[in-house]
Amino acid sequence: MTTEEKYVAAAYLVIFAVVLAYVVIVALKLQRLEHELDELAELARQKQHEEEEQKVVAIG
Amino acid sequence: MSTSLRNNRLPALTGLAFVLVVTAIALVFFYAPLDEDGLNQKIFYFHVAIALTAYACFGWGGWKALRVLWKRDERADLESYVAIHQGVIFGALTLVTGSIWARYRWGHWWEWHEDQLVLFLVLFLFYAAYFMLRFSVPPGPRRTNLSAVYALFGVALIPVSILAIRLSQRFIHPVAFDRGGPNMAASQFFTFCVSWAAMLVLAAALYNVELAGKRIDVRLKELREALR
Repeated sequence: MTTEEKYVAAAYLVIFAVVLAYVVIVALKLQRLEHELDELAELARQKQHEEEEQKVVAIG
Repeated sequence: MSTSLRNNRLPALTGLAFVLVVTAIALVFFYAPLDEDGLNQKIFYFHVAIALTAYACFGWGGWKALRVLWKRDERADLESYVAIHQGVIFGALTLVTGSIWARYRWGHWWEWHEDQLVLFLVLFLFYAAYFMLRFSVPPGPRRTNLSAVYALFGVALIPVSILAIRLSQRFIHPVAFDRGGPNMAASQFFTFCVSWAAMLVLAAALYNVELAGKRIDVRLKELREALR
């Protein structure tokens, strides 16, 4: 590989690496959002359960 | 625009970006002829396309900032922020690919007496400072207004940066376009246009991905507050 070819390859590799890094960052963010969504779903279930218990107590 | 329509647009944009990037790379290495500058000229097709895409992102960010101030469009604040973020990413790529090319062509990574290089760096640093300003102010109308005004100021630097090579008296930076049109063969110009389209569509796809992520983030925060 000549010096010129190395410079051309380096320029294209930098672009590829940045786009790849961006995809990794987006993937990590998606993972975080999924985790937060799980937490919120759990919170909603707990709240629903508490409301149902309160209803039972009020009727009783 | 409905969420489902936005979500349907994203895979199409991403697919188009992939096809265009692959086509552009194929055209650069198998179709565009080598000129007297040699193989290093192949960097031009993506370096200039990325630089013009960075300008487009900053311009789009400025337009959205104008909508924030003019129409009081609250959604435009996030859109302006994401567009400027994309512009900074493409700006950093412009500086790095340009430096690699300069090292081979001129024997230096950077030339401080080159107006176009320095003005592009000023534009890049100006928008990089946008994030420092934005995150130094608590969320709310004050942050929205300050960010929008700052983003609009930067737009004034874009034509100066583009025209710098015309205003400069001495330069070694190659001139690809002048009043007579593109300084290249038709096949090279076609390859450049495809590369530019590829970068614009890639930027649009990344912009929409980031925007979707940020909007989901905001909705999750609202949902968390509602559940408490």
